[in-house]
Amino acid sequence: MDKQKLLDMYYQMVLIRRVEERGAELYQQGKIGGFMHLYIGQEAVSTGLIAARQPQDRVITAYRDHGVAINCGIPSNKVMAELLGKATGTSKGKGGSMHMADTEKNFWGGHAIVGAHLPIASGFALGDKYAKRDNVTICMFGDGATNIGYFHEALNLSKAWDLPVLWVCENNLYGMGTAVERASAVSEIRQKAEAYDMPNERINGMDVLEVYEASRKAIEKVRSGGGPFLLEIMTYRFRGHSMGDPERYRKQEEVKQWEENDPIGIFRDCLKSKKIKVAELDEIDAAVDAEVIKSVEFAEASPEPTMEDLYKNIYAD
Amino acid sequence: MSKITMREAISQALWEEMEADPSVFILGEEVGVWGGSYAVTKGFFDHFGPERVRDTPIAEAAIIGAAIGAAMVGQRPVAELMTINFAFSSFDHIVNEAAKLHYMFGGQFTVPMVIRTVGGGGRQLGATHSQTPDAIFAHFPGLKVVAPGTPADAKGLLKAAIRSNDPVLFIEHATMYQTRGEVPDGDYVVPIGKSIIQRPGKDVTIITYSKGLEISMKAAEELAKEGIELEIVDLRSLRPLDMDPVIESFKKTNRAVVVEEGWKSYGVGSEISARIYEQAFDYVDAPIKRVAQDEVPLPYNSTLEQEALPQVKDVIAAVKEVL
Repeated sequence: MDKQKLLDMYYQMVLIRRVEERGAELYQQGKIGGFMHLYIGQEAVSTGLIAARQPQDRVITAYRDHGVAINCGIPSNKVMAELLGKATGTSKGKGGSMHMADTEKNFWGGHAIVGAHLPIASGFALGDKYAKRDNVTICMFGDGATNIGYFHEALNLSKAWDLPVLWVCENNLYGMGTAVERASAVSEIRQKAEAYDMPNERINGMDVLEVYEASRKAIEKVRSGGGPFLLEIMTYRFRGHSMGDPERYRKQEEVKQWEENDPIGIFRDCLKSKKIKVAELDEIDAAVDAEVIKSVEFAEASPEPTMEDLYKNIYAD
Repeated sequence: MSKITMREAISQALWEEMEADPSVFILGEEVGVWGGSYAVTKGFFDHFGPERVRDTPIAEAAIIGAAIGAAMVGQRPVAELMTINFAFSSFDHIVNEAAKLHYMFGGQFTVPMVIRTVGGGGRQLGATHSQTPDAIFAHFPGLKVVAPGTPADAKGLLKAAIRSNDPVLFIEHATMYQTRGEVPDGDYVVPIGKSIIQRPGKDVTIITYSKGLEISMKAAEELAKEGIELEIVDLRSLRPLDMDPVIESFKKTNRAVVVEEGWKSYGVGSEISARIYEQAFDYVDAPIKRVAQDEVPLPYNSTLEQEALPQVKDVIAAVKEVL
């Protein structure tokens, strides 16, 4: 991989982290409402995954979507503006934290009903296959979504119809506050793909380059007509499930242990070992800080949606 | 014009739209090799092939979810749910996804899909297979809900539904597939969201749709013998709801009966009468009556089932009460 691509990935990971840290502060100040689920700790997953896609490949995910939005190329301005509910946001202030999207960046949301977007992802792949396009649909979801019927209906359909979908389970060990082994009959989620005779792999999601490499291979396998593939990516969220999570279900020591495994720290060390100068990485950190400040300024200065907007876009006709 | 059945009219609309637009395809349980459980898509599989007439697993969330996804990326899928009772297995996808995606993402996504399904009782199928939950679906902004009462409207409304850029729930009635009527040949489109006077009259306004239209027309014939003239407004679309012909008619007759097959509580009749009271209170000469299904899960036994379903005699009795 060339140096520029490596540095881009580093930029994205740091940007996700800082946008969300700032977002958490704005939430505490009451400037962001509703539910907000932070991606902090999981940045390597979507960064490595989306770096491996081609521009025609569609991405769809669940409600923990700020990071995915940034990786897909949505400017941090629009992400921040959506968090603040502004007319300039990704969804014009009507979606909020859980419903960001940009069809021009081939990012198809941000879906807040657990598992419901999986059958829709099958539909993207069906529509593309029907039109004889070579797009791959990349569908991300949490471990908790693999226990709901939608997961099974969608996986079955994708295999029965040989649809070009890469199923990506981000296993962060907890569905809200319930540990995987307390909710799922099998703790290795990838085993569920076996039931549908679907090729699968379980990988470490704290190493962005491992995610990239596995994703690239999986995407090309799907594109070349190999049918759907399931990737289980092991990761951990450093923050609560959403803002205001008392975190009674896990011990502080466990969180600390994972924090030592910070995907950004791991990648930074990796880049240093590739002879990239620390000063260069520090420069990126500073550029990210400046971008985040600007994104907040942009969002705060942006107009609210108008009362006419309330009744806009109920129907397309 | 040809005199054809409701089944033929629906089939004709589908066939013509598939011939005209390659982005239209059908998916659902038994729509292909079987020919459709109500034989609407008989012959389609052989003519259009397995890519355009897709037999699905028995998995309603997958059927509707896949249709939504395909619609979002540029196709015009027509998903068939074998009966509306199975729509509850995909309720989330209909009301939480299809109905909301356009609005919730600031207009970026469109979902030009049709869900064709079959509702209604009267075939001794028991409580879970005989429901008329139309009003439940009409509750949700973002969804269009259509239920034709004549073969001509079935053809014209289905064509409009397929061409619509919004998700449309198209409800057929299980006992009306053999109903015959004059249907224009070729490209005939009826706009969604327009009510129509199906029978002019001066004494009482009947507001109804789907199977209720058949019952009300029969009641009108009976009452005409006694010199009572019903004016029958067919809603055709429950959402968007066109109240103009209803209010216009009511201002003339000052009396109304709403006839529907669903349960009375929180139903179409409740909605229509509330709107009449809101929009034309000064014209009310008698309390508006609602004819609807008895509030029981529909039983298997034919006598009991027919007793629970709205009948011609119920409409006649209600009309006499408001006169």
